[in-house]
Amino acid sequence: MEHSELLVDYSRAQFALTALYHWIFVPLTLGLTFIIAIMETIYVKTLDEKWKQITKYWMGLLAINFAIGLATGIIMEFEFGTNWSNYSWIVGDIFGAPLAIEGLMAFFMESTFFAVMFFGWEKVSKKAHLTSTWLVAVGSNLSALWILIANGWMQHPVGMKFNPDSARNEMESFAEVIFNPNAVSKFLHTISSGYVLASLFVISISAWYLLKKRDIAFAKKSIVVAASFGLVSSIFMLTTGDESAHQVALNQPMKLAAMEGLYKGEERAGIVAFGLLESEKEIGDDLDPFKFMFEIPGALSFLGYHDVNAFVPGIDDLILGNEKHNIISVKEKMIIGTKSVQALSDYKKYKKENNTIAMNEALKTFRATSHYMGYGYLKKPEDALPNVALTFYSFHIMVTAGSWFLVLFILVLYFSMKNELTKKKWLLRLAVITLPLGYVAQECGWIVAEVGRQPWAIQDLLPVGMATSNIGSTSVMITFWLFAILFTALLIAEVKIMLKQISIGPEGH
Amino acid sequence: MQSLRWIYSLYYDGFVNMKVGKTLWLLIAVKLFIMFVIIKWIFFPNIMKENFQTDKERSNYILEQLTKEN
Repeated sequence: MEHSELLVDYSRAQFALTALYHWIFVPLTLGLTFIIAIMETIYVKTLDEKWKQITKYWMGLLAINFAIGLATGIIMEFEFGTNWSNYSWIVGDIFGAPLAIEGLMAFFMESTFFAVMFFGWEKVSKKAHLTSTWLVAVGSNLSALWILIANGWMQHPVGMKFNPDSARNEMESFAEVIFNPNAVSKFLHTISSGYVLASLFVISISAWYLLKKRDIAFAKKSIVVAASFGLVSSIFMLTTGDESAHQVALNQPMKLAAMEGLYKGEERAGIVAFGLLESEKEIGDDLDPFKFMFEIPGALSFLGYHDVNAFVPGIDDLILGNEKHNIISVKEKMIIGTKSVQALSDYKKYKKENNTIAMNEALKTFRATSHYMGYGYLKKPEDALPNVALTFYSFHIMVTAGSWFLVLFILVLYFSMKNELTKKKWLLRLAVITLPLGYVAQECGWIVAEVGRQPWAIQDLLPVGMATSNIGSTSVMITFWLFAILFTALLIAEVKIMLKQISIGPEGH
Repeated sequence: MQSLRWIYSLYYDGFVNMKVGKTLWLLIAVKLFIMFVIIKWIFFPNIMKENFQTDKERSNYILEQLTKEN
């Protein structure tokens, strides 16, 4: 039974709020730990005390980000247990292993080596300290790996079998779960985007020092490291983004169609470079989906299927079906899904009656139909469509911003190498104002991944309406606003403490 | 014993010599108190743990939810 829309909406909104706030802190940690490790490596190699000062300064800002972001993710675990208990039970067996490894790894690696990294400058040898710094970087990134394996599984559930007795998805192959192509591409794309954000962070703050004509040597050295790291990470991010899109095309075609506002599928489908969606557009009508747009022909076919002539299904094809391209409609999937739910119900009934023959027959039907089980809970075909405008604009903001970051890294590195960066005030100003854009791009990435896969909590198997707990919506509403206040306060604290430390500068550390 | 003393002094000296760190630790303590004592305790019970005693009961409940309209 689907729970009340208000409850589902507030549960979703609360999870989105928590995840989006959590995601303000995480990517900076993922990238800044590596930048710091590189800086400290230069210090250990050159024994130049300036590099030690540079390392310690950025480490201080990392500490602020880490302290304020710490445990914001745990809230999501609370939400799983209370608001999403159906979902938690159903995925428990799959999520248990990766999340347990993540918890242990985060606790042991990060807490141990973080302490040595922050407190151990005078207590351990330079090499031991450097090793700890690198281990903090690797450890925090490995923590992200396990979370993203769990997330990748929701987007493309593999390596499991639904057990109709326990009502849980049980793991059949750990290797399939951890090497899930969706999870691997998601992990690589996510961490590389974190590296890009951290590079922007260092460049932006350093550029501010250069504009203020203070801490010049510190800022120039920091910029060279960050721009080099950012440039390599940006290229890596583009490659992993391409693989991510390929995986979306293969496993979540509706998300890809929403990302591009593509209603009528086509061969040599283009990518919309920029465009404004037509808000009146409905599924199956003849209205142009865009008020205006400019597209790059064939690019979407290439991005999605690595073939410029490939057919990319649109929203109409996926909802209404397309016989020519062997795409079955959502209506047909709903029939299969309903059959699957009925078979599960029959299995339960015959089990109670000890009717083994009928039970096995019901199980056979269930196994043959369960790949579309989730469609059995949809009320109408249109429910299979995510929010197109939000997905489309988020995707395009993310891609445009990501492209700009690459250009910025090239320009900053080029003028740094020519020793002309301090003269290029326009570039320094652009570098400063790009930092918020880095955060916007991060959040947009999350929106594309999560809003784009709606209505699914587990792709094709469990819609969000079935994943929520059967609880009253009032407490979810109260905690939504409580979190909104708490997280906003934390964000204000982060920005205030950070700004204070930036204005004190490296000399004050 | 010596290594325990070393670990103790690593943390002790580290905390004593902190500047911004003290504010951050205060912030962490307040935040964890709000999250774990107030929010978790009042608003976030583990539904499956609190409402059911055994895994069998939990499975039956979820199966019932999944097949309710059939």
